[in-house]
Amino acid sequence: MSISSTELEAAGAPETGALVAATDPRRSVWHTLLRDPSAIACLVYIGLVIVMALAAPLIVKVSGWDPYEFDQTAIDPNLGGIPLGSWGGISAEHWLGVEPQSGRDIFARIVYGARASMLIAVSATALTTVLGVVFGLLAGYFGGRTDMVISRFMEFLMAFPALIFMIAVLSALPADNRQYLLVLVISVFGWPYLARIVRAQTMSLKQREFVEAARASGASRTRLVFTEILPNLRSTILVMVTLAVPGYIGTEAGLSFLGVGVVPPTPSWGQMISSSVSWYSVVPTYFLVPGTFLALLVLSFMVLGDRVRSAVDPGGR
Amino acid sequence: MARYLVHRVFGMLVVLFLVSLFTYMVFFLLAPDPAVQICGKTCTPERIDQIRANLSLDDPFLVQFLHFLQGLFLGRDYGTGASAVHCSAPCLGYSFQSAQSVTDMIVQRLPVTAVVAIGAAVLWLLAGVVGGLISAVREGRFTDKFITSLTLGGMSVPNYVLALVLQYVFVVWLQWLPFPQAVPFADDPAQWFLNFILPWTVLAVGYASSYTRLTRANVIDTLGENFVRTARAKGLRPDLVWRRHALRPALTPIVTIAGMDFAGLLGGALITESVFGINGVGKLAADSITKNDQPVIMAVTLLAAFFVVVGNMAVDLLYSAIDPRVRVGAAS
Amino acid sequence: MSLLSVRDLTVTFGDTAVVGGIGFDLPKGGSLGIVGESGSGKSMTSLAVMGLLPRGAARGGSIVFDGTDLCALTERRMRAIRGDRIAMIFQDPLSSLNPYYTVGTQIAEAYRSHRSGVSRRAARKVAVEAMERVHIKEAGRRVDDYPHQFSGGMRQRVMIAMALSTEPELIIADEPTTALDVTVQAQILDLLAEVRRDTGAALIMITHDLAVVSEVADTVVVMRHGDVVETGSTEQIFSDPQHPYTQALLDAVPRIDDEIGDLRLLSGGEA
Repeated sequence: MSISSTELEAAGAPETGALVAATDPRRSVWHTLLRDPSAIACLVYIGLVIVMALAAPLIVKVSGWDPYEFDQTAIDPNLGGIPLGSWGGISAEHWLGVEPQSGRDIFARIVYGARASMLIAVSATALTTVLGVVFGLLAGYFGGRTDMVISRFMEFLMAFPALIFMIAVLSALPADNRQYLLVLVISVFGWPYLARIVRAQTMSLKQREFVEAARASGASRTRLVFTEILPNLRSTILVMVTLAVPGYIGTEAGLSFLGVGVVPPTPSWGQMISSSVSWYSVVPTYFLVPGTFLALLVLSFMVLGDRVRSAVDPGGR
Repeated sequence: MARYLVHRVFGMLVVLFLVSLFTYMVFFLLAPDPAVQICGKTCTPERIDQIRANLSLDDPFLVQFLHFLQGLFLGRDYGTGASAVHCSAPCLGYSFQSAQSVTDMIVQRLPVTAVVAIGAAVLWLLAGVVGGLISAVREGRFTDKFITSLTLGGMSVPNYVLALVLQYVFVVWLQWLPFPQAVPFADDPAQWFLNFILPWTVLAVGYASSYTRLTRANVIDTLGENFVRTARAKGLRPDLVWRRHALRPALTPIVTIAGMDFAGLLGGALITESVFGINGVGKLAADSITKNDQPVIMAVTLLAAFFVVVGNMAVDLLYSAIDPRVRVGAAS
Repeated sequence: MSLLSVRDLTVTFGDTAVVGGIGFDLPKGGSLGIVGESGSGKSMTSLAVMGLLPRGAARGGSIVFDGTDLCALTERRMRAIRGDRIAMIFQDPLSSLNPYYTVGTQIAEAYRSHRSGVSRRAARKVAVEAMERVHIKEAGRRVDDYPHQFSGGMRQRVMIAMALSTEPELIIADEPTTALDVTVQAQILDLLAEVRRDTGAALIMITHDLAVVSEVADTVVVMRHGDVVETGSTEQIFSDPQHPYTQALLDAVPRIDDEIGDLRLLSGGEA
């Protein structure tokens, strides 16, 4: 009798697991998103920025100006170097105008700036996700002392005034490999927010019947974590990731804005906005162009994250 | 309750200690030699040695750190003999740039930052709670969709972009607001107030957006609660049902988050203060970072951490004060 | 003349009907039991009478209360009746009480919203009186307690006090005893009977439990799948059920009278 009931449970385990996995977000999420016009618009814009980032050298060849090239003919030296022509020097030659003083092509700098934004945001998200999931799983699954150590450490990191500290550290560090440092610093302070949620979900999943059943059938810990628990965290992770990217785009731009991000002359959107501050009243296009690109990118990810969340979890808010 | 408090305060001190240790270590290991920096261009080796001695820069790391803590709690002396300068507690050292007492610098700027933070918090709480409530009771209709789209926009625009746009529109273009210049409150209260309108708005927009979403979600949840049905069954007016029965429970988590956000802002709104040239702690932080003024950076980091940690604790206490269930639980 | 007369009442969600054209009458001061399994439409019927159907539900037919058709009233006029002349008691007293307000505030709330110019003190007095009427000990002190400080049965007493405060002509009780312990159930049923005797209010008792109905109702309406299966006096339904479904329900509850008798003996004081 007892044997047969164990068999029943063991046989039932993969089935329940499969049932839960059948609500696997990926297919249905795509399906829902592709029927939502605003989600499509966001996807298109994000795709555009990614193409810009990847094909930057090519695009710049077509537009005719590279991002570091000075164009003294496009600015008026008598007026302190403001761009010639209205709207910040927007013309057939310079599609989005030029920078005051240097005359560098804003379109080219936007295209190259997309590289910095996307590269840093995506890498930081990837690193944060790995750290957050690994530590969240460890703390949630093993509990006890492991959980205590990880949780305390997370509390400590979250109590840190992250922005000020990031800026302070970045300003103290040599500027050679800023991109990597940016990713590292952002991730170090970012992962606890994901880990906290993963931990809580792992703890509740651990109690669920199908995991208990798998454990009863003698599955190893590694197998349990990877085949039973992780697949069920997919939708949570998916939502967190789509919401983390815009956050990190904003953080990178903010840090660059404050002068501790991407090092000039390498362009980044935040840094472009930062250098436009002293010109905002004379050449408004100078901050409007990168500002619009940046705000739209963040908006696209936010809307997308919102839609993904409601697709993954229609009941929840 | 008393035990809980002692426990919390102790935990708070540990976190603050770790933050200061960690920050101190980062600067000790990574930053360029402050003596060279202070000394400037017309520097002689003797002068550098003198500075190093005055600041005890030759001591090992832990000794220096202990001196820092000593200054913070007991006060300390810089230099020896007749040239010694006493810095009374809480001593955060002297700026490498201006030789001013860091404690004084902070004390001067903190009220400004408090004004920025309080004004912004009032705005975003009002907008967020009212917007969220309206959105929730009109769930799924046009008003709700409109407000929700606005909040997405509000969360997407980086505040420095918003700052520049608003400044351009209202100051340069429409000229509804005067060009910002620092005026003491006593001299010209109207001008003083006008100066803060844009910074308050810029800071509030992002927060207001997320508070609107949060309030909306919470109110929608509470509207489904049985006690809201009871309130309706009593024949209460809808506005009373929403305000008393749906909003009140929904506000509890919002109050906690607001406390945290407010505490975070007291540590200085770096970007907003810099863009608008407001002489608060945030601008002090941003400036000290660009000038690599270590004692000041150290101080503002600690100050921000202090507010975060204290805010955290205050919020926990507040929570037990506003939720009757927790209130009684803590007392027994 | 009947106090409440329901004719052809339907409740629909889009194309699905959850209540399919039912009717019943309730005389002044009378009591009616609506019995059925969950999903039979009995709760929707009560919410339809209160005008509190969830969003997306539509009601049809007529609900005539004391000469007025409630279905034809504006929300504003309905609000004046709801909680004043018709009061409702819900199933789960804990979740039906707002945890953020004292029970006194919540009891007085209905009274204050239906009587103009009631001072806070007068409303509090009404609350204390209502609590005394439902036999909550030390009502003057407990009026300032929060719902979580009461036991389950006491919370349901608070709910009843809340319904009583405006002296309604009709009380609708939706499974008022389901969430409670068996001994407490009997006490609450006794209390409802007592209240009815004292105030002359009519009662609609909605329940899945025939034993409960036999305690409090003069007339029984048996519902299934949104339709009325059988209507009759309580005696007739229990002694001579006409419909096989009613028969089946009765078979599921053997020796009702004995059990209730025992329970009443057991009922003592409650904290």
